[in-house]
Amino acid sequence: MKTRYWDRAAECLSRRKLEELQLERLRATVRKVQKNVPFYQRKLEAIGLGPEKIKSLQDVRRLPFTTNADLREAYPAGLLAVPLRKALRLHTSSGTTGKPKAIFFSRRDLQNSADLIARCLVATGATDEDILQNMMTYGLFTGALVMHYGAEKVGLLVIPAGPGNSEKQLLLMQDFRSTMFHTTPSYALYFADFLDKKGIDPKRHLALRRGYIGAEPYTEQTRRKIEQAFGIEVYNSYGLSEMNGPGVAFECTARHGMHLWEDHFLMEIIDPATGEPVPDGRPGELVLTTLCREAMPLLRYRTRDITALIPEPCPCGRTHRRIQRITGRADDMLIVRGVNIYPQQIESVLMSMPELGRNYLIVLEGLDEMTVKVELSASAFDGRVESLAGLQQQVAERLRTELLTRPRVELCAPGSLPVSEGKAKRVLDKRTL
Amino acid sequence: MHTIKLLAVLEENKQGQLARLTRSLAAAKVNIRWITIATLDKVGVVKILVDHFDTALETLRRDGFTVSTLEVLAVEVPDQPGALHSVTEVLAREGINIENASGFVTQPRKRAVLLFETNKMAEAKRALEKQGLRLFTQAEILAI
Repeated sequence: MKTRYWDRAAECLSRRKLEELQLERLRATVRKVQKNVPFYQRKLEAIGLGPEKIKSLQDVRRLPFTTNADLREAYPAGLLAVPLRKALRLHTSSGTTGKPKAIFFSRRDLQNSADLIARCLVATGATDEDILQNMMTYGLFTGALVMHYGAEKVGLLVIPAGPGNSEKQLLLMQDFRSTMFHTTPSYALYFADFLDKKGIDPKRHLALRRGYIGAEPYTEQTRRKIEQAFGIEVYNSYGLSEMNGPGVAFECTARHGMHLWEDHFLMEIIDPATGEPVPDGRPGELVLTTLCREAMPLLRYRTRDITALIPEPCPCGRTHRRIQRITGRADDMLIVRGVNIYPQQIESVLMSMPELGRNYLIVLEGLDEMTVKVELSASAFDGRVESLAGLQQQVAERLRTELLTRPRVELCAPGSLPVSEGKAKRVLDKRTL
Repeated sequence: MHTIKLLAVLEENKQGQLARLTRSLAAAKVNIRWITIATLDKVGVVKILVDHFDTALETLRRDGFTVSTLEVLAVEVPDQPGALHSVTEVLAREGINIENASGFVTQPRKRAVLLFETNKMAEAKRALEKQGLRLFTQAEILAI
């Protein structure tokens, strides 16, 4: 199949031209916030930095970080870089605690965000023949509205279904022959189950071809599960309200990593503990600087999302580099014997081995000793202690390859570990450092 | 088939676990004829020979134990010097590896039994029978 592009010139711009453009836009952004945002004015003055000192893209590292806390502090409009009358749309990103973060969009910001979505949708093969059932929440959350306007831009028929109400979703899907839907992984799984109970086989009774799944991190296994349940291709979508909403990074038809639109966002992947860049391909925290944002530009925003760069070029021809699916939050990171470890790395290794059960516990104790306790799957028990010892070795070896440090592994009897729901509770830190 | 079926139970390696197992089987009126326990860090594998195999399996599964079944060979040897050697020598000659063996005397100074696991069941049987050694059936070993 021929690769289609929404904006071929921008999407396939040579790396050299793209980096020149990034540098130019980075300088413009720094100039703008220095002039219009007192928060950045103060920060830049404190370190004696201005746009004239940004000589190369590496100089971005000299700029101050912007954190979640900064955005809450600035609530409601402390980071606005334009007069309020120039802002056309307000979105908020709610945390579980404290004040929300307010994000403003100017007219140009809205056009840009729709444009980025258009790039994403066309990259998946969508055309104006497609019908998108948008099952995200319409409202303060960016998920639905940003997708909505981008899809209209491509010329799709958009059904603003909103979330939940599975009966209604099914009715719309049947009557209007929706070819695509946009939702979260958890609702997609729930809805698949709902259809199954109703005796609806999506492959026979519905016209679905693609699913855009985002807003929550999920695994490759979940992707496959959703693809099989609906008989569709699932595309991973990454975004955050602070940047654009959805459409910051998206998969193309290769479905191997998400192209991050580097002409709009300057990305860094850093060690969350030190703030220093990690080598290409290693996991770290994604840090983004907006390059085109008018109403609310942000410098080096700490997303707290853990990903890794895919340095190899993509066969689709887009020059914008890809990031791996989000595997966790920087806040969950552990440092063991000087190595940064994310519990999700451990989880993905354990979950890829069918001999193991769902329950595991990461115990840190003594002087920096890590033990991974994991239950054996009952069906994998063959009665031989030798098999258990072999499996234990194998788990330890796979973890060593992934983590670059070898943890102790203890196989446990099925049902012997405490059942926990949150990922954080999987870690028991008893170190006495 | 002259093989012996055992039950293998995966347990946590901590106090009270074996009692939980024996309580479950006692309640089901299952007699344990032979037992070995091997441990690996935090788990233990308890292997048992019982008089009522199916009842025991069903009971343990119902009570939430992780159970598997195993087949082993039981060979009769005279209870005298050199008798065990005659078995191991035959197997060694045929390149058959003995795993997890245990033995017990059934009639002092007369008869003993060697139970062992091997990944070459058929070859082991053939070699031992050729040597004139007797392999027990499940019924025979339970009748001892």
